[in-house]
Amino acid sequence: MTIDMSQFYEVFFDEAEELLAEAERLLLGIEIDNPDTEELNAIFRAAHSIKGGAATFGFIDMTEITHVLENLLDKIRKNEMALTAEHVDAFLAAKDVLKMEVDGHRVAAVVDQEQVADVKMMLNSLAEAGGLVIKPANVSIAQKPAPISIIAAIPEQALQQPQMRTDGLTQFHIYLPEISDKDASNLEEELGLLGDVVPSKNAHGRYVFVLTTDSSQADIISICSFVLDPDDLIISLAPVSATPVSATPILAAPVSVVVAVPIAAEKESESFNNLSKIKIEEENGYGLFSEDGNDEEGYGFFAPFRPHPDAVITALIGDDTVMTEANSGVAAVDIVAAQTTGSVEKRISGRRDSDKAPANIETSSIRVGIEKVDQLINLVGELVITQAMIEQRISHLDPLLHEPLINSVGQLTRNTRDLQESVMSIRMMPIDFVFSRFPRMVRDLAAKLGKKVEFVTVGAATELDKGLIERIVDPLTHLVRNSVDHGIEIPEQRRAAGKSEIGVLTLSAAHKGGCIVIEVTDDGAGLNRTKLLDKAAKNGLVVSENMSDSEVFALIFAPGFSTAEVVTDVSGRGVGMDVVKRNISAMNGVVEIRSALGFGTTISIALPLTLAILDGMSVSLGDSIYVIPLNLIVETLQPRAEDIKTVTGEGRMVHVRGEYLPIIALHSLFNQHTDITDPTLGVLVLVESDGKKSALFVDRLVGQQQVVIKSLETNYRKVPGVSGATIMGDGCVALILDIAALIQMGQSTNYLTGAMSFTNNANHTTQSSNA
Amino acid sequence: MSTETASSTANTPSKAKSAAGEYLTFVLGEEEYGLEILKVQEIRGYDAVTQIANTPEFIKGVVNLRGKIVPIVDLRIKFHLGKVQYDEFTVVIILNLNGRVVGIVVDGVSDVMALRDDQIRDVPSLVTSIDTKYIVGLATVEAQMLILVDIEQLMSSQEMALIDSVALH
Repeated sequence: MTIDMSQFYEVFFDEAEELLAEAERLLLGIEIDNPDTEELNAIFRAAHSIKGGAATFGFIDMTEITHVLENLLDKIRKNEMALTAEHVDAFLAAKDVLKMEVDGHRVAAVVDQEQVADVKMMLNSLAEAGGLVIKPANVSIAQKPAPISIIAAIPEQALQQPQMRTDGLTQFHIYLPEISDKDASNLEEELGLLGDVVPSKNAHGRYVFVLTTDSSQADIISICSFVLDPDDLIISLAPVSATPVSATPILAAPVSVVVAVPIAAEKESESFNNLSKIKIEEENGYGLFSEDGNDEEGYGFFAPFRPHPDAVITALIGDDTVMTEANSGVAAVDIVAAQTTGSVEKRISGRRDSDKAPANIETSSIRVGIEKVDQLINLVGELVITQAMIEQRISHLDPLLHEPLINSVGQLTRNTRDLQESVMSIRMMPIDFVFSRFPRMVRDLAAKLGKKVEFVTVGAATELDKGLIERIVDPLTHLVRNSVDHGIEIPEQRRAAGKSEIGVLTLSAAHKGGCIVIEVTDDGAGLNRTKLLDKAAKNGLVVSENMSDSEVFALIFAPGFSTAEVVTDVSGRGVGMDVVKRNISAMNGVVEIRSALGFGTTISIALPLTLAILDGMSVSLGDSIYVIPLNLIVETLQPRAEDIKTVTGEGRMVHVRGEYLPIIALHSLFNQHTDITDPTLGVLVLVESDGKKSALFVDRLVGQQQVVIKSLETNYRKVPGVSGATIMGDGCVALILDIAALIQMGQSTNYLTGAMSFTNNANHTTQSSNA
Repeated sequence: MSTETASSTANTPSKAKSAAGEYLTFVLGEEEYGLEILKVQEIRGYDAVTQIANTPEFIKGVVNLRGKIVPIVDLRIKFHLGKVQYDEFTVVIILNLNGRVVGIVVDGVSDVMALRDDQIRDVPSLVTSIDTKYIVGLATVEAQMLILVDIEQLMSSQEMALIDSVALH
């Protein structure tokens, strides 16, 4: 039976991207002088998991990079090599290459092979440089020149082969850490299922099992892992022919093993341009044996041929042999292949120091399609409405007679509310998903521009709807880029201005009322009012000296407006800010700029919490209900007769505090019957959109409530003046008014007849675009 | 018999696919119509609808169908058939046309019938309020003529104004 692996590709791609993002985050946060072992381990695990996955799916290009990366990381986390800024840069570059390769496999994006080769070379040279620096005489593992073969399954097979070849049985020496007698006997029983177990205790009171079995090391490890941490376990294999325990290496033993090993060796040398390895190969065949004890150990597979007094136990560090566990983040297990058993204790301690078991970080999450979540949200919304109906029905019942029922419904009410809240929270994600991509960008940008920037995030845990998260990325990227490029000055200028050389860029998010406010703050030069006004005048925009600061600052959102003297490849072309503004408006958000010359700029974005929920004011017209977005309502009033003015007896206006605002009669616009046609009997809702104010004339205000926005277009089509629909508490549908469109319609429509007035239209050519 | 049908279908290129299948039959005025049962999502009573401004009279408005906003079309008004009144016997057939959910108001729903190719006749050229291109064929069942409608074509046609068409912009 063949399994179609391609069905799992997406999972791997998703996982790889997540792991890469995680690795990048960790890399950026790492302290170079004193790296946290946990973090290094986490980065290592990420590289390792990607490698495992890539190998499983046959993405050899990714395996190669991750492999080299992993080797380097392994040395660093084992303190065999000091972490330098150079390393971090190389790792970040490797991450980029991996991302490129993921995209290459995923969407057939172009992979820059040159870049791949560069990064590989960079990593390799770093790995070698480090290896040369330390190279302690006795520690064979330090010398590990990429001893692990590329494809995860191979070392295991390669290892199995020699032993299987003899008689199908293998003898493993299993060195256990300190465990209780009870655990030891349990383990002995379990291992007994695999084959013959001979338990013994060594000088330090630790158990050593000699297991003769036809099972693989992985089987043994998986059994042992029930009782103890596999990291503390050392399994060495000895051919059956060798005398158990205290066996002195005899000529026959290694030779019998050697035959099959070149398979693995060849694979490696094919794939890796490891110079040191080639050298060894020349010296002694496949480099499996050391000529003497203090030279390079070749692949480190075997002990020196002639036992040396200080016999070094060479080891195959088979990080890859436990691929199954790699994904769950369990650290690699070492399997030590050696024929000699001398200095076992030394080895155990040595290995353990260098390979501390990292805490297993549980990631307990599941991947669910967004449409499933949306369906769930829909259904819960329905449930809430149904529950409201039940509540309404029982409110007519006699509370004394029906007490149990009323209590139960009360309980139902609470449960439904809780359910709704939890379901809504599924779509909410911490804004860290957006923020986390900026440290890298700021770092790279600052380096490119020769600036020193400290990047600070505040309130990264603030939750926001997933839909908004995705859409806020682009505008924020523009803003952050602008702040680094134009906001923060170069160190010399900052020093001259009496500021710290290091500029601070703050990205913050917070809930304020029903909104989430995201702010990009820099302590840079600030916006120059006069410069802005000059530039605007040059660009032909209508400006005057007595515009307010916020109006002047808002000029930067005009298309084609840039105050940068030099256009860089980073920004300054004047596209961007208008796009930012447009994107944010499309999300029902508002952008605001605060700035002080010489002290910095804050760009503040206020967004609704989700795209799906709207704070609305419901109003009645005849027997229907309409919803007006609350954020567009300036005020509501019941006009006095003397405030209603007309022009040529037709266009009605209302006089509000010195302003004359056009009255848009919704009933005539929508051709809907209502008894109230005199504004003084109804309500005027003053609305503002795109800087234009109008008074919308409706019958009554019904109430303020949050409504779930539903699209009309899913099953119907776009209706002029209506932006969507919602379901009210009684299960009825109410339409949500599109205020911007209504204002336009009101300006091109004769309010009395509801017909398009062409004479009016001519005066408002700019606004009649919807006609 | 079957060869005869085959030749007759060959004469009308518009009717390339076989019309045989199960049909839900419904009544509009004096006439009996049929539509492909697989297009039907459910049948329900007539609820209060929310009117939509500036739409043709036959578009009654939208209703809430378990969280979905579904437009309701009254075919009786559209084709000037039957008495237009709304009571507890008014039936709405909810159709699912390629993912778009639409409700149609009819006088009544009668039956589900399996029709074979040989029971279906071609439509003669007539001038009717329903364009004959939306009629798949005619079938005779127990002396009653059944008008088989291609409901998907009909509902997505421009005259129903249910879907945004490029021409509107």
